[in-house]
Amino acid sequence: MNGEEFVPLSLVPMLTGIFVAVACALPGNFLVLRRQALIGDAISHVVLPGIVVAFLLTGRATTWPMLLGAAGAAVVAVIAIEAVRRLGRIESGAAMGVIFTAMFAGGVLLLELSDTSNVHLDVEHALYGNLESLIWLDALGWSSLWDAQALATVPVELPRMALTLLFVAGFIAVFWRPLKISTFDEGFARTVGVATAPLGLGLVIVASIAAVAAFDAVGSIIVIAMFICPPAAARMMTNRLERQIAWSVAFATLAAVLGYVLAGYGPLWIGARDSVSAAGMIATISGVILAIAARLGPHRLRGSAAPVG
Amino acid sequence: MIFDALSLQLGYNATLVTIGATLLGMAGGVGGTFLFLRKRALVSDAISHATLPGVALAFMVMVALGGDGRSLTGLLAGAALSAAAGLLIVSWLSTRTRLAEDAAIGSVLSVFFGFGIVLLTIIQTMNTGRQAGLESFLLGATAGMLRSEAFIIAISAALTLVLVLVLRRPLTLASFDPEYATATGQNVTRTDLAMMGIVLAVTVVGLKIVGLILIVALLIIPPVTARFWTERTDHVLMLSALFGGLAAYGGAALSAALPDLPTGPIIVLVGFGFFVVSLLFAPGRGVVSALLRHRRFQRQVHLRQGLLALAQGQPIFERLTLRLLQAEGWVRPDGVATRQGQLRAAKALRDEDRWQLVRHDPAYEAAALHYDGLTAIESVLTSDQLDALDARLGVKGGVRP
Repeated sequence: MNGEEFVPLSLVPMLTGIFVAVACALPGNFLVLRRQALIGDAISHVVLPGIVVAFLLTGRATTWPMLLGAAGAAVVAVIAIEAVRRLGRIESGAAMGVIFTAMFAGGVLLLELSDTSNVHLDVEHALYGNLESLIWLDALGWSSLWDAQALATVPVELPRMALTLLFVAGFIAVFWRPLKISTFDEGFARTVGVATAPLGLGLVIVASIAAVAAFDAVGSIIVIAMFICPPAAARMMTNRLERQIAWSVAFATLAAVLGYVLAGYGPLWIGARDSVSAAGMIATISGVILAIAARLGPHRLRGSAAPVG
Repeated sequence: MIFDALSLQLGYNATLVTIGATLLGMAGGVGGTFLFLRKRALVSDAISHATLPGVALAFMVMVALGGDGRSLTGLLAGAALSAAAGLLIVSWLSTRTRLAEDAAIGSVLSVFFGFGIVLLTIIQTMNTGRQAGLESFLLGATAGMLRSEAFIIAISAALTLVLVLVLRRPLTLASFDPEYATATGQNVTRTDLAMMGIVLAVTVVGLKIVGLILIVALLIIPPVTARFWTERTDHVLMLSALFGGLAAYGGAALSAALPDLPTGPIIVLVGFGFFVVSLLFAPGRGVVSALLRHRRFQRQVHLRQGLLALAQGQPIFERLTLRLLQAEGWVRPDGVATRQGQLRAAKALRDEDRWQLVRHDPAYEAAALHYDGLTAIESVLTSDQLDALDARLGVKGGVRP
C-alpha cells in the first residue's frame, strides 16, 4: 500500500473514523459511569426524523440544515424523554424507549411519504453511513498534505469531525473537576457548590453534538458502539478516571484503524473481491476489544477497587 | 380501502398477517409488562438488535447448503439463536463484570448490529444475495408476503400469546415482588429466564412484521400506556394486551391498505397515539387530571390565605387571590369584604384558632395530624368537640357556615 493509493482513498476515512471514535468515547466515559449509556442509543435513533424534517423544510440535502435538524431532534428527544419521565412518573429506560421508537418511526414514515429519490437519503444510510465514500480526489500522495490547493478539496466531514473532537475535548478539559466529582458523588458535588443539574444536561448536549456530527459521516452504529464499548473496555483496565480515559481513547483509535483496515483490505486478503461495511466492522472490532477486556482486564470484576496509586 | 383493511377484507394473506400481528401485539403487551415492572424495558432493545447477525448467518448457511436462503423458518431460527447469545452476553456482562446493565445492553446492541451489517454487506456481494431482501427485516414489510410465511407468523404469534397467558401468574409475582416470590419457593431465576424467553419469542416472530429496529416499541409502549389507567398489576396486564393488540391490528391493517409504507413504523405510531392520549387524559395519572388537581389545590390555598387576610384587616395585593375572592362574591372589586365575605373570613380565622388549640392539646393528637391548612375542621371533629373547643376559646355560639 503506497502513498499514492493510501492518501486519496483511505487517509480521510481513517482519520474521520478515528476522530469520530475518540469524540464519542470521551463523553462516553462519563455516560457509562453515570449509567446513562443508552442516551447515545436514543440520540442516534432520533437523528433520522430531524434530518428528514430539515430536508423537507429546505428541500436540499446539504450539511448545515441537516446538522441543525439533527441537533434539534436530539434536543426535542431529550426534552420529551424528561417530560414523559416526570409527567407520567415513568422509569427513564421505558420513557426513552417510548420516545425514540416513536420518533424513529415518524422519521421513517416521513421519509417514505416524501419524494427523496433524487438525493442520497435513506434509512440504511442513516444506520451505517458511508465512511468509504469520503474520497480525497485531488490528493496524489503524501506530498498533497502540504499542498494548499489539494487540501482545499478534503471532504468536509474531516475538518468538521476534527472541530467536534476539539470541542468535546475542550468541554471535558474545562469542566474536568466538576465532571469528575459529580460523576462519582453527586451529593458531595452539590455540597461543594457544583451545579450538577446543568452540568449533567451539558454533558448530554455535548454527547449529542458529537453524535450528530459523527452520524452524517459514519451512521448511527459506530456512534452507539463508540459511546459505550471503548469506555466499558477501559473501565475493566483501571480504577482511575484519568487512565480510563486514556485507555478509552487508545481503544477507540485501535477500533477505528483496525476496523477500517479489516473492512477495506481484509476481504481482499482472503480472496474476496469486495470490501465490507467499515462502520459495521469498526463496531465489531470495538466489541472484540470489549470482550477481551471483559475476560482479561485487571479490574473486570465488581468490587475490584484494589489499592490505587 | 382502509375500511376494507380494518374489517379484514383485503384477501387471505393480509387477513392472516393482520390477525398474526394482533396476536403478536397482545403477546408483546403482556410480555412487555413484566419487563416494564422489573424496570428492564431496554433489555429488549439489545435482544432485537442482536437478531441481525443470526438472520444473516442463517441466510448464508442455507445458501451454502444449496437452498435459496429465504426460508422464513430458517431465518427466524437463526435470529432466535443469535438473540439468545446476545441476551446471555448482556446478563454475563452485567452480573460477572463491573459493567452496569445499561452499558451491557448498549455494547451488545451496537456490536451485534454492527457485525450484522458487515454480514449483510457480504451477502450483497454474493450471487444469490441481491434478491435476498434481508433489509426488510430492519423495518418490517408485510406486503408481498408468501402464504406460508403468513401462516408461520400467525401460528407462532398465537403460540407466544398462549405461552404468556400460561406463565402470567408466576411472572406477575416475580416481577412485582421478587423477594416474596423467592420466599414462597418460586425459582425467580428460572422465571426471569422464562420472561426473557417470551421477549425473545415476541421479538423473533415480530421481525418480519415490525422489523428489528422498532420491535422494542411493541414491548415498551403498551405497558407504559396501560400504566396510566390503573394501579393494579392484573389490570395493567389486560390493558397492555388490549393496547398492544389494537396498535398492531390498526397498524397492520393500515399498511395492508397502503402497501408502499413499511409496516413497523405505522404500528409504532398507532401505539404512540394511544400513549399520547393516555398521557394527557388518563384519570389520576394523566397530565390534564394532574393540572386540574393542581388548580383546585391552588384555589383552596389562595382562598384560605385571602380570607385570613380579610379577617385580620390586612390589604390583599395578590391578583389571583382577589380574583378568586371576587368570583365567590366575598370581596368587592376594590378589595373590601362583602357581608358574606366578612362572615367567611371570621369563620376562617375561628377555625384557625380552633386548629391551634387542637394542635397544642395532646388529647387531640390524632385529629391534629389532619392539619394542613386546607382540611375543614368539621370533617375531623364532632360538633360536641367543636363546642368544647369554642368554650375554651372563650366564645359563645361559634360561627357556623
